This record gives sequence, structure tokens and C-alpha cells, in this order.
Amino acid sequence: MKNTSNRKALVAICAILGLFAAACGSDGESAGGDGDGIRIAIVAPSAENDLAFTQSIVDGTNNLTGVKEIARSPGLFLVDDAAAALRDYADDGFDLVIGHGSQYGAVIQEIAPDFPDTAFAWGTASDTFGLPNVSAYTAAADQGGYALGALAATKGSTIGIVGPVEVGDAKLYIDGFTMGAEAGGAAVATSYIDSFSDVQLASETASAFADSGVEVMTGTAQMTVGAIGVAEETGLAWFGTQSNQASAAADGVVVASQVYKWEVALQGLVDDIAAGSLGGQSYEINLANGGLAIEWGVGTENGDDQAILDAAIDDIIAGNITTR
Amino acid sequence: MAEFFTVTVLISVFASGVRFATPYLLAALGETLGQRSGVLNLGVEGVMLLGGFMAYWTVLETGSRLLGVLVGLAVGLVMGAVYAVVTLVFKAEQGISGIGIYLFGLGMSELLFEKLVGTSRKIPSFRDVRIPVLGDIKWIGDIFFNHSPIVYFAVLLVPALAYLLNRTTFGLNVRAVGENPEAADSLGVSVNRVRGITILLGNGLAGLGGAALAIQVGQFQNNITNGIGFIAVALVYFGAWRPVGVLAGSLLYGLVAATVARWKVMEIVTGSAASFTTMAPALLTVLALAVIARRSANAPAALTVPFSRGG
Repeated sequence: MKNTSNRKALVAICAILGLFAAACGSDGESAGGDGDGIRIAIVAPSAENDLAFTQSIVDGTNNLTGVKEIARSPGLFLVDDAAAALRDYADDGFDLVIGHGSQYGAVIQEIAPDFPDTAFAWGTASDTFGLPNVSAYTAAADQGGYALGALAATKGSTIGIVGPVEVGDAKLYIDGFTMGAEAGGAAVATSYIDSFSDVQLASETASAFADSGVEVMTGTAQMTVGAIGVAEETGLAWFGTQSNQASAAADGVVVASQVYKWEVALQGLVDDIAAGSLGGQSYEINLANGGLAIEWGVGTENGDDQAILDAAIDDIIAGNITTR
Repeated sequence: MAEFFTVTVLISVFASGVRFATPYLLAALGETLGQRSGVLNLGVEGVMLLGGFMAYWTVLETGSRLLGVLVGLAVGLVMGAVYAVVTLVFKAEQGISGIGIYLFGLGMSELLFEKLVGTSRKIPSFRDVRIPVLGDIKWIGDIFFNHSPIVYFAVLLVPALAYLLNRTTFGLNVRAVGENPEAADSLGVSVNRVRGITILLGNGLAGLGGAALAIQVGQFQNNITNGIGFIAVALVYFGAWRPVGVLAGSLLYGLVAATVARWKVMEIVTGSAASFTTMAPALLTVLALAVIARRSANAPAALTVPFSRGG
């Protein structure tokens, strides 16, 4: 009887471990690269296909040249998990290890000195900690936000914004968008739901905005798919950021999106690493250097709207408008 | 604040609260059934995720919300069968195996989403159905009788489950097995068979809860449940293992969440006050757990205890 129980317990443990293993899967996946060049590893807090923050770095690094391998470990929101992955990648000899999340700064600062021959980069941030092998990158999200806000004001006089946590590039984007919309005469209300991932809450918040009579909505972070769904159902216009969100709804719902072109910031770093330098600089993507691009939704592009965007962008680049 | 206390806004908030509560209610009712028979399932979240994704994918491919709901239910039943084998046949520790189910559901739903869908696309959401006569009652009609069929199903499940547990032989067996499985066994009740059925049904409802969430929102995103499954387990304790209590807890949670969301939209609370109010649903649930649950029935005496005939 006892041997049978022990066997059953052993099988049960194996089954549970199997479930754990299936769930955890591999440490990450390798993809991308054009066959020759450096090896890059990315640690990110959310899914690669989130139509937001993490997808932007995946898309950006896929557009880099001079890269022979790109390894990714998405979904590591917890800093401790990310720290282990960052250290493992450095141990494995990757030339550039990227921590794509502002919460990773402290662990990057801690790990980088242990690997003086490895280049590290993190964002969105501007602090390199004075370390020669740490670079930082950020996005002037307020610039594209302002331009979209100016356009949004022509689509409706009341605008609702579904925000995640009031930090980082999310806050920059929302503040810039609000400035642009209010400059265009629209009334703007913002609700931060205090989560990057609560899709249901984002959906209900968007429904509340729709009930209150807004005509246009925007938001940032991966939970916005819930809000975009409400925009489609209620016939409201949506403006996106970080990635082109047009695929998340029917044609015409997503008017335009500010898209992060991280390759503009990272290509220089890749070239420096290939030439023997480990970085140590701070980079920013903005409208002037092409790191921020406004992409239209499906069937939404038209000459009048393009002229409004162009005017706002030209003024921002020329310094005629302050967006933060 | 005065603008919040208008009939239009209050009706909208209450209706939103009912809608918000539905995935919690379905998952919590399923967990109630399982726990009354003595089985704890901490894998509810994982089952909801897997059921939710498969329901979403089904609707994306076929356009049929009914088929999506049925697939979500079926996924829950399959996961229930797995959990039943692990806990009843192999007698694995329920807490640990439940976490294993959760992690499996989390990882598998992410993998399937990436491979089968890629990036999120909108699916048709549930359509609201106004109940004739009841839906015309002033104020109450808009709050309770103008929702999607899944909401009505979840609410009707409450008296059905209460009847099952308190008025049927099967329900008596469930309660007996949950309180004293040895005594139930001595009276000819098949403990593992009863527990197996409750595990299947409970996980089926969890899968249904995930399907309700995904189709209600009309989208899927990794970890879309965002902790609903774990809150559902807490709601079972809140409701003192009674379906009506679970309904009350779910509605309270949903109503508070909907109220906070509306306050933020109306900018009644802003800045750090807004962040503080985000905690309100969870805080209230914990407070209610501490106050209300203590006065109610205790947990099933054999909860988490595997049964072996002869000791």
C-alpha cells in the first residue's frame, strides 16, 4: 500500500513539474538578425504582441542591421525575474543586453560592472549611471502626443484618455496629447487605471467615457485593447501610441498612431559596438530624428488631416511649440 | 461629486458593476462547488485564461459567440479532468497542483495566442438583451434586465446552485464529502466520484468565466484575467461557501470597481487620491472577509484533505 502511494505521489510530482515546465517554456527565443554582426538580447515586461511597449522594441530591433542574433525574454514584469535573465544573457556572451523597461534601471546598474565587456542598454530612461558600458534611450512621446492631440481636436470636442500608471512615457504621451487637444479647443478628461494590463478595467473605463459623451479616445499601454474595442462598438475615434494599433479594431476606428522607431536610437549603438565601443551614451527618439512616426489607420489617411499633422510636427521640430 | 449622484450616472454605474462582476461570479460559483466537496483549486486563474483564449479564438474564426462560450466551457471541463486526476488519483497536494494548473494555463494561453493569433484583433462582443416587462421597470430594469445572456445565466446559476447544494441528494453528498468524507464513505457515498464531478463542474464554470470575460471585452491579451481567478477564490470565503453570499461579494466587488472607474472618468478623484481609490475593491473585499465571513459558516472541515479509504 505504501509503495503504491509513494509511486502515485512520484507520478503526481512529475505531472506537476511537467505542468510547470510546459507553462514556463524556454527561457526565451532567438530570432531576427541578418546573419552577420553582433548578438542582442532583450528583456521586456510584457508580451511581444501587446500592440504597445514591448512590441515596439521587438519591431525596432528587427529593423536593425549588423545583427546576427536577437534573443528575447518577454513577460518579465517582475524585476527579480528580469535581473536573472539579464545576467544570464550577459553570461551567455551576448554583445548587447537590453532591459526594455524603466523598472530595470537599478538591476542594470548592479549587473553592468560585473560584465565590463558587455554593452547594456535600458529605457525608457536617460541615466547611464556614469558607466561606460551602459546606454539609455527614451522617447519624446509628448511630441507625437501633441501632434495627435491637435488632430484629435478636429474629430471631436470632448476627448477621453485611458491611461495606465502615471509614469514614464505614458505620462509624457498623455500630457503632450492633452496639450495638443486643448490647444485645438477640445475638452480632455484623463483616467489612469493604475494598471498596465487590466484589459477589463480599461474596457469599463472606456465605456464610462462613452457614456459621458466623449467623441474621441486615446490611451497607452497594452491594456488599451479593451478600450479600443469599446471605441469600435460605440463609434468613437481612437488614437494610438507606441505601436500601430490599427489591427486591433475594424478599419477606420484607429485614426492614427504614434509609432516608436527604436532602431533610430539603437542603430548607432549597434554600430559603435561593432566598432569596439560599448556605448555609455543617452539616446532619444523624437520627431526631428525620425524616431517617432505618425502612421495612419486603415482608410483614415486624407490630405486635410495630413496637413494638420504636418503643421503641428513642423512647429514642434522648429521649437515653436513646447510639448512638456 | 454632485454630478455623480444623478439617475443616469448611477444607473450606468450599477449596470457596469453587474457586468464587471459576471466573470468573478462564474469562477467563484465553480470554486464554491469544488470547495464544498473539500477540494481547493488555486488554478482557477489558469483555467480562465485558457478557456478565455480558446473562446476568443473560436469567435475570431467562426464569428459565433455561442460556440465560443461552449468551447470555453469545454476547455474548463478538460482542465477539470486533469485536475481531478492529479488531486484524486495521485492525491497531489491541492495548493501546489492548483498553482501548477495556473502556470500551465498562463503559459499555454500565451503560447497559443502568439502562434494562432499574433496581435489582438476585435471579436464581436455579447449583445445586450432587454428582458420584456422586467426591463421596463423604472431604474431597476436598466440596471439588472438589460444585459447579455451570459450575465443572466450567471445570476440564474446562483439559485440553481443553492438548490443543488441544499435540496438534492447530490448536494447532500457534496456537503457530506466536504465535511466528513470518511463518514460519507461509510454510508456508501463514493467520495472521489462526488469530488470528481464537482471538480469538473467547477472548472467548467471557470472556463466559462474566462470565455465571458474575453467575449465581453471583445479582445484577448496575455494575462487578460489579471487576477480575477484568485479574487474569485477569495470571494468564496467572502460568501461563506454559499452561492448567494458569493453573488453578494461579486456584486460588491463589481460595483466598487465600476464606481471608482466612473469617479476617475468624471475626475471626481484625481492624482494620488485616484490611485488610493484603485485599492478600494480589494480593500473592501478584505474588510468584508474579516467582518462578515467570521459570523458565517466555517469552511468545509475536509477542505484540501485528500481522501483514502482506510486512512
